[in-house]
Parts: sequence; structure tokens; C-alpha cells
Amino acid sequence: MRLFEYQAKQVFGGAGLSVPKGMVATTPEQAMAAAEQLGRCVVKAQVHVGGRGKAGFIKVASNPAEAGELARRMLGAGLKGYTVHQVLLEQALDIAKEYYLGAVLDRDGKHIVLMLSTMGGMDIEEVAATHPEKLIRLTPDIWRGPLSFELQDMAFAAGVDRAVYRKVVQGAATVWKLFWQYDASLVEINPLVITSSGDVIAADGKFEIDDNALYRHPELEAFRQASEEDPLEVEAQRRNLNYVHLGGDVGIMANGAGLAMNTMDVVAAHGGKPANFLDVSGGAKADVVQSALEVILQDPSVRGVFINIFGGITRGDEVARGVVEGVRALGTTVPIVVRMAGTREEEGRAILREADLVPAMSAADGAEKIIALINGRGA
Amino acid sequence: MGILLGPDSRLVVQGGTGREGSFQTQTMLEYGTRVVGIVTPGRGGQQHLELPVFDTVAEAVREVGANASVGFIPAPGAADGIMEAAAAGIELIVCISDRMPVLDTLRAYYFVKNKGARLIGPNCPGVTTPGVGKAGIMPGNIFQKGPVGLISRSGTLTYEVVNLLTKAGLGQSTCVGIGGDPIVGSSFRDILGLFNDDDQTEVIVLLGEVGGAAEEEAAEWIAAHAKKPAVSFISGRTAPPGKRMGHAGAIISGNRGTAEAKVAAFQAAGVPLADTIEQIPALVKAAL
Repeated sequence: MRLFEYQAKQVFGGAGLSVPKGMVATTPEQAMAAAEQLGRCVVKAQVHVGGRGKAGFIKVASNPAEAGELARRMLGAGLKGYTVHQVLLEQALDIAKEYYLGAVLDRDGKHIVLMLSTMGGMDIEEVAATHPEKLIRLTPDIWRGPLSFELQDMAFAAGVDRAVYRKVVQGAATVWKLFWQYDASLVEINPLVITSSGDVIAADGKFEIDDNALYRHPELEAFRQASEEDPLEVEAQRRNLNYVHLGGDVGIMANGAGLAMNTMDVVAAHGGKPANFLDVSGGAKADVVQSALEVILQDPSVRGVFINIFGGITRGDEVARGVVEGVRALGTTVPIVVRMAGTREEEGRAILREADLVPAMSAADGAEKIIALINGRGA
Repeated sequence: MGILLGPDSRLVVQGGTGREGSFQTQTMLEYGTRVVGIVTPGRGGQQHLELPVFDTVAEAVREVGANASVGFIPAPGAADGIMEAAAAGIELIVCISDRMPVLDTLRAYYFVKNKGARLIGPNCPGVTTPGVGKAGIMPGNIFQKGPVGLISRSGTLTYEVVNLLTKAGLGQSTCVGIGGDPIVGSSFRDILGLFNDDDQTEVIVLLGEVGGAAEEEAAEWIAAHAKKPAVSFISGRTAPPGKRMGHAGAIISGNRGTAEAKVAAFQAAGVPLADTIEQIPALVKAAL
């Protein structure tokens, strides 16, 4: 789960980090009212994509009328496939310097890496590539966290101004603390602004939270409600299904994430366009198959469904009955091809044929059949 | 003789009295695995599936000489279960549990490492050594003893490949599901090292997927150290960046973790790459 910038800043502010004074607006009128209070301000579109500045979705307004006009232009507009529903208005800062401060889970190194640079305000991956010596990394012991002197070393190695190093060190300690407190996988402040008067302020915020840990963060439920997830994915999540919307026309269902991904690959290799990823896991019982089919078919682009099940411990005839019952209960007319393997797969195929479902011998065979049926060529 | 799970392994099942745990313990017993007990706190002293139940792993170690564990503990308590096993002196800890918070896994990883134990998983189907036993949820009926060592990040896709291998007359030394999470106890590279030193294993099959850089590391390791041939496969070639494909580990972030990078790494290492899983048996035969 990703937080919006304004949500990340609420979290930062609550932990004692300085953030700019700001307000969220969903209409130009609200934006104007906010600008009345804030004075000269920055209008920032709230979307989960980078490159907002370059795309014109972060702009300075010198008066309320300008703020209203900017909000009207941004709200409802699209940026890299996302629609802007909210803008954040913030008091403009008196920027002397821009730093970078972040923490990220490094899966391959098995660390959480704290990162600090005095080259903030630009793409940090570019800094890492062009000025690697300017990006200082610290990998604290996972059990005890960073010690104060380690953070100080990092700050001085980065070349942080002595006048502000205490505040920067404090900021880094807070980022580490928030990372654990909220089960984050990424916390990033870019830029961390140093103002002319020596204040250290989080001027932007990225915050990503481990979905597996959301069960222990009821405090984030309100943030989640406001998020802009795909409605089909929200519906699937509600039903406890592992579903990702992809946009093609071949609906896909498999048991197991690896098998589902491979099914997508096979369909694509045969010229089809997968509509979704869906892992029903386990033995594909009737109620689960029905629920999964309902979600797949809520996608109006879907013109056929390919179900790929490896029985394993579950018997093929049981899987087949589950699929048949699930399809019957739904009463759909889109073509459905089923490929299943495991013990008693022959008996399973016979059950499928009786129910007018198309059995396939392999993933490749199934992909060919469903694509042919969608294109009206029969199987 | 295969790796990880051998004739000397004495397996204890953590959470083996629950619904899933009971079912899987039964299948492990049916497969001939030497299961010596079950650990469920609060149920010590009872018998379940004709096995002694203990309150703690330490007790199972003391009483029945357990030296390996397999865990079916729901995610919120899974990390603690792993660490309890490591603290009790268990050498091989297999964690089947899925949806574990990644920071829990990270802490458990270092705890296990400091104890000198080995963790497989979490979010994995476990380990099967045909003819010896299985610690996990793989369907036993698809295996056959033989020369192929298999390492994979997924579950059902692994069963598919084992099934294809067995049907082609290619038995397995050991199959290891390392798990689909971003942080796992043992990586491809760790398991490759074990297969490299195993007499029974003559060829290694590596089933990778998008996300992370474990496949690239494995390819480099093979080029530098492997004493036996390997065959590889990558799933998720059509997975879009930034989306979590069921496995939390299968996320392409930025330009890292793409199928292209992994394919290129295996090609550079001279490891044959199957385009479809059906091609794997032929590539294995050619490599033997």
C-alpha cells in the first residue's frame, strides 16, 4: 500500500518531523480558500507516480485566484494513467539547500538501507549512477537499529552542513523508527529542504507499506479508503482473491502464483492478451472458482476465460466438479477452457466435456483453444 | 543421497494440530517421512495422529531428538516459531507460512543465521527428498528418486515441472521450494552450493521468476563454481512493473528484476533456458 504525499506528511508530522503547513483540496473553490490562509503556495497533484514536476503537476501560485486556476487544471486530469482527485496546497518554502533522506528494504542484501545525500531534489537513482560518492548508505543492524554515532558518521560523510547536522541526524533516526513502526518497505523524503533560517523540512514524502503487515495497522484504514486502487482489484481483495488487473481480453485463473504467472506468459506467447492475474490457490473448490469467475467477468473486456489447475494432492475429478459447479452457479456464456493435471485427470476431463466446458491437454493447448474461441474460430 | 532432508532427519511439525497442519502431517507420514512429534503450545502431553505433542520445540529436541522442523503457523506468529526452533537447536527450519510481514522475516533471518541454523522459506512448499521424506506440502505422488536437483521460487509450477520430469523418466535427488517472498532464508545460491557437493545430483533445474536479483546471482555463481550442468526457466515474462503477482517477491521495481535481465544473466553464464516448462525434460536429458 502506498500513501499519498499528504498522508505521508501527516505521518511525518506526527513523529516530530517538520513539514510545510498545508491543506488538501478536491475542488478549485477549496483550493482558493486554502490559498487565502496559506499565502504564496505550491499546488501539488496527489497521485502515486513520479515525475509530477516535469509534467506540470507541481506549480507555484502567488495568489488564491492562481491557486484555484491551477487546481482546476490538475483535478480530473490524468498523469501516467492515474487521475488526479486531490491537490495538496502548501506554504512555499524559502529553500537554501535540498537534501535526500530515505530508507528502503534491500531484498537481495537483506538489509534496510538508510540513505542520505546533499544532492536532493532530483532523481536519486540518477545521483546513485552519476555521483555514487554523494549518496551515503548505512545498513544498521536489524535488531538494534542505527546507533547515534553511525548516523552522525553518515551525515558528515554526506557533507551535511554542521549548522543543521543534528536535525538531519534526528530526521534519519525518525525515518528508521517510522519504517519499523508502520512496517514500511520504502520511506523517502526528497527533497529534505534546508531553509535559509536553518530549518530542516520534509518537502515531499513517499511511503510504501508491506501489504502483509496491514492486519496490524488498523490506524491506516482511513488512508486506505482514500487510495485510488483499481475497483476490480479492490473487489477481489474483499473476496480474499489474489487478483491483478492487466487490461487484455483473456481472463486467467490458476492455483498458485507461479502457475498463474506462467499461464499469462503462455497465453501471451500464443498471441493472446491476458486480462488479469488470478491465483485461487489451494484445491479450487466450487465456491472459490465461482467467486473468482465473478471477479474476472466483472471486467467488461474479458471475452473468454482460461482456467489452469494443477491438482497435486487434490484429485482431478474433484477439481473438475468444483469448476463445473462454479460455472453453473454463475450461468455465464463466455467460452471457458479448462486445463487440469494431477491424479484422475481423465475422469476430470470427462466431467468437463459433459458440462460443455472445453478441456485442454496442456497450457499451450489451452491458450490456443481460448484464443481461437475468442476470435470466433471454435476450438 | 540428496540434500537438506536425509535419513538422519527427525522432523517435528510446528502447528501440526491445526486443520492444515494435521492434513499435511498426515501426507508427510504417508510419504514415509520420519516425523517424531508435533509442537503446539498448550497441547503438550497429548497424542495427535499417533504422534507425541509437545508445548515447546526445545522439549521435542530433548524428548525425541528432533533436528528438523516444518512450520504451519499463521503469519502473525510465524517468525516467533522460526526463532523458537533455531533457539532450540533445530538445524533445518522449513517455514510454509505465507503472508508473513517482511520485517518479521528479516529479523527471523538474522536470528537463525546467528544460531547457525538453516531456514527454508517462508511462503514455500518445502523440501522433498524422494525415497526419504518430505517437509512441506508438495504432493508426494509426483516424485521419483533420481539425479535431478530442483530449486524453485513457486509451488504449483514446481509440481508441474516435477510431474513432467518424472513422466520423462527423470527422477529427482531433492526438490527445494525456496519461497516467493522478497526475503527468504535460503537463496538459489545457497541451495546451488549444496547440490554442487551432493553425489546423487547430476544436473540442477532452477525455476526462477521476475523480481529481485536472486536469479542473476545464481547465474554468476553457476558460471564461477558449478561442477555440474544446470537448466533454467523464468516465469512472469509478461508481468507488468510495480504490480505484485501473488508472490510478494515477484515485483519488478524500476528496471530491476525484469525477465529480460534474468534471461540475459543465464545466457551469459551458458545455462540453457527453457521457453516453456514442457521443454525442461529435453534440456535436462541433453545436459546429463
